[in-house]
Amino acid sequence: MSFFLEVLVGGLLAGVMYSLVAIGFVLIYKASGVFNFAQGSLVLFGALTFVSLVERHVAPWLAFAATLAVLVLIAIAIERAVLRPLVNRTPIVLFMATLGLSFILEGAAQLFWGAQVHGLDLGIDDKPLQLGGVMISQFDLFAAATAGVLVIALSLLTNRTRLGLSLRAVADDPLAALAVGIRLPRIWAIVWSLAGFVSLVAGLLWGARLGVQFSLSLVVLKALPVLIIGGFSSIGGAIAGGLLVGASEKLAEVYLGSLVGGGIENWFPYVLAILFLLVRPAGLFGEPAVERV
Amino acid sequence: MTSQEQPSPFDSPALLSLDRISLSFGGVKAITDISFDVHQGEICALIGPNGAGKSSLLNVINGVYRPQQGTVRFDGTESRRMSPHDAAHRGIARTFQNIALFRRMSVLDNVLTGRNLHRGSTWVEQTFRVGRAQRDEARQRRYAEIVIEALDLQRVRHSVVGTLSYGVQKRVELARALAAEPRLLLLDEPMAGMNADEKRAMAGFIVDANEQFGVTVVLIEHDIGVVMDLSDHIVVLDYGKKIADGIPADVRVDPAVLAAYLGTRH
Repeated sequence: MSFFLEVLVGGLLAGVMYSLVAIGFVLIYKASGVFNFAQGSLVLFGALTFVSLVERHVAPWLAFAATLAVLVLIAIAIERAVLRPLVNRTPIVLFMATLGLSFILEGAAQLFWGAQVHGLDLGIDDKPLQLGGVMISQFDLFAAATAGVLVIALSLLTNRTRLGLSLRAVADDPLAALAVGIRLPRIWAIVWSLAGFVSLVAGLLWGARLGVQFSLSLVVLKALPVLIIGGFSSIGGAIAGGLLVGASEKLAEVYLGSLVGGGIENWFPYVLAILFLLVRPAGLFGEPAVERV
Repeated sequence: MTSQEQPSPFDSPALLSLDRISLSFGGVKAITDISFDVHQGEICALIGPNGAGKSSLLNVINGVYRPQQGTVRFDGTESRRMSPHDAAHRGIARTFQNIALFRRMSVLDNVLTGRNLHRGSTWVEQTFRVGRAQRDEARQRRYAEIVIEALDLQRVRHSVVGTLSYGVQKRVELARALAAEPRLLLLDEPMAGMNADEKRAMAGFIVDANEQFGVTVVLIEHDIGVVMDLSDHIVVLDYGKKIADGIPADVRVDPAVLAAYLGTRH
């Protein structure tokens, strides 16, 4: 039993890491109805900038602030150069733009900081903690706590403020949003900045795990089943989806893996996602399309 | 109703003046040299056959299009380069020909977006519900409820807009525009696609908006019967040019208008 719990808790905590990446997608999806392919590049860009600054003996908090400032500048630049010219175009056009953007960001990161792998030490011990007979990684706990704080802050911001209402309005109909006096450029810049912030946090935690390297931008691939299961438009859904993916892939690996020779952890989430697409295409917490025909 | 019985809005100062507006898209002239005034408190109708440039003109007034020539003067200030967002800030609200509502949001939330410009608290205050946030929120909701009641939308207050009938959606759009407490309301075919009863109801709401909320209205409408009853002032466009401008009684018998609508005898 305690072995089962250990696998479960380990999986849930790993799932939080997936959720962190997924939240960045949700923010942009909510504000523009677009799947932002460049999210993974933002994760990489943020982590690489931070780690490179720290390696140049910049104090970590200063490096964090500076990286955040760079990400905000990037958000403003994206709004100016990419989103503004494409206003009122179909989501697929914007999706293609984010695809291009991801190459530019990855290229820029490589250009500025080089392509080698950097180690990142956040100063948190990864020694397992004994809690009620279950071994829990300290680092995972830290990551989960960070994610928790982030989610609470974001949901307060989007549910209680006019910003949240404006976000949904902009996603729904940009032209109508303009006509009621919502500043589109500002909203977009804010959303991309927030997504940048989330991706920086995700990048640091993932970077500490895997090392800061270019494969970091591939963590988006793990976020995809999380989003499909949780729903693209809900931060709570991203968390639930992440937990579900994390727990199920670990449990499946341990209990079912031996039946098929192991290694199912890597593809199990996608199978789960396909099942969800068949049964509940909007995801657990996504808004189903409402249309009067 | 004749013009002698009611106080003429033409006596009040012009709220909106268009001066020699010309607009073209590439080589195609949409609007040629159009000037007219809309006075404080009046309901002004823009009519004309399809493609006459009515919607384009509305888009010029609220800054979606920038005319190549001419100026728009609103409330005494002239502007050449105004964005839709500036227009909203200066008190111009509008509805659209093909309904531009936030379809996935509730009626109440749609109306609340109209209050966007009247928020008196910052995000930080709103996030933590401190300072002015609570009183501000209550004030916005109160005003939204006033508008919802005025347009008889109480029963669908919490319905998702996308699920409502076309006629009701048109009313929600009007509600959202009114929630902004505009001085000028631009309505692009508010009665298109409605049956006679719905049209009559909508006309009533527009008159209410004009009288109860004191907004000046510029509207585009094809139903001449409705237009004659509803408006104080009619501007007739044809092929991007103004062919008549005056009170309904005069416009009704204007030979140029009759020619545009019925064709001339050759």
